[in-house]
Amino acid sequence: MAEENKTIKMIIQRQDSPDSQTYEEEFELPHRRNMNVISALMEIRRNPVNAKGEETTPVHWEMGCLEEVCGACSMNINGVPRQSCTALVDQLEQPIRLTPMDTFPVIRDLAVDRSRMFDSLKKVKAWTPIDGTHDLGPGERMPESKRQWSYELSKCMTCGVCLEACPNVNSKSNFIGPAALSQVRLHNSTPNGEMHKSERMDAVTGDGGLQNCGNSQNCVQVCPKGIPLTTSIAALNREATVNSFKSFFGSDYNY
Amino acid sequence: MAENREFFYRRLHSLLGVIPVGIFLMQHLVVNYFSTYGPDTFNAVAHFMESLPLRIGLEIFIIFLPLLFHAIYGVYIAFTSSPNSFKFGYFRNWMFVFQRITGIITLIFVVWHVWETRLANAIYGTEINFDLMATILSSPFMFWFYVIGVISTVFHFANGLWSFFVTWGITVTPRSQVILTYITIGVFAIFTYMGISSLIAFAF
Ligand code: SF4
Ligand code: FES
Repeated sequence: MAEENKTIKMIIQRQDSPDSQTYEEEFELPHRRNMNVISALMEIRRNPVNAKGEETTPVHWEMGCLEEVCGACSMNINGVPRQSCTALVDQLEQPIRLTPMDTFPVIRDLAVDRSRMFDSLKKVKAWTPIDGTHDLGPGERMPESKRQWSYELSKCMTCGVCLEACPNVNSKSNFIGPAALSQVRLHNSTPNGEMHKSERMDAVTGDGGLQNCGNSQNCVQVCPKGIPLTTSIAALNREATVNSFKSFFGSDYNY
Repeated sequence: MAENREFFYRRLHSLLGVIPVGIFLMQHLVVNYFSTYGPDTFNAVAHFMESLPLRIGLEIFIIFLPLLFHAIYGVYIAFTSSPNSFKFGYFRNWMFVFQRITGIITLIFVVWHVWETRLANAIYGTEINFDLMATILSSPFMFWFYVIGVISTVFHFANGLWSFFVTWGITVTPRSQVILTYITIGVFAIFTYMGISSLIAFAF
């Protein structure tokens, strides 16, 4: 193929350990067809030499599925938070700037610690308990139309892009963010999950919950899975409103 | 409720912004608009408002206390956000930032405005009438300060009304939220027009 000598330029924000200083390092690497950001990073790992020709440490990042379903490889690419496995080099303006998502603590280079998200999922009980001390039997069937609707919500891969874009998720707030809220919607929607609805609603209106949403609606714009996050949030708002009216003068409703 | 304190405060903040504070704002702008009918009409309407029964009670419980809570909690909300509209320049994200900026401007404006009118009346017995406003607004600086203050207040109200509908789960779907955007733009336009017209009537 007649495209030798073409190179790609990358500027990567580096950080050797969670509390060390960040610095920028520039790389220039041979261009290959159909490269994505991850294959470019692999090339740097194979030959860790920066643009000045100095030997350096290989850049560290996280990845899993390589097909935009695990969410591990999210980072800011030219300022936009997205998955590096589906970011095609030919569609990006050069030099390609890579920085870690800044809402999360950096572990090293481009790898961040998304524990905040997993803790939130635990907090709102974003799962459906199906084990008991005895066989609970198969769950109830779900209407197909509802299944299709909830399938969309189930596409969330906890990638963190929506939290990165949210102005109310930051070190000054303990907002759990849009992803976990939408998962509450998902798990409340299934016949089995619904049994734990009130526990989830309690968590959702607890500290750091739903009420912290400031309606900037960035999340729904940036979610790579097209999840209707702001619709989920507004729907939870409606539910919380109805619940608070129902128990305005107190109530024995606790299921 | 103890464990849901934050939820309660946030919802209270949203509610008070519209009921009663937002309703008061609309009433206030309507009353002021009578200034465009001439000083006598304005003075008569203003006098009617002043002579409402239980005026002090109304002022304290319908205006002052709700406004105070809304302002204090609002400042806290504004300063716990980290605006990022330059990076994510979506329409709603800009509205998010403007809501916080206008909140602060409105707070400064309202404090000054209340000091100059209602408190001056309570402390020094300054009479609140067309002439008072005409005197204040005869200074170009004050005139423009009031113009900015009024626009900022009305924006904060109109856009806050939009969030109110989302926060209380009234508008859930994107479509209903877009329609509401147009409606609140209308609210903004109408009340800005009324507010600015009144200022011009007072000043010139
Ligand atoms: S909701 Fe979308 S952006 Fe947010 S974590 Fe899930 S997949 Fe990522
Ligand atoms: S590696 Fe799984 S989303 Fe990119």
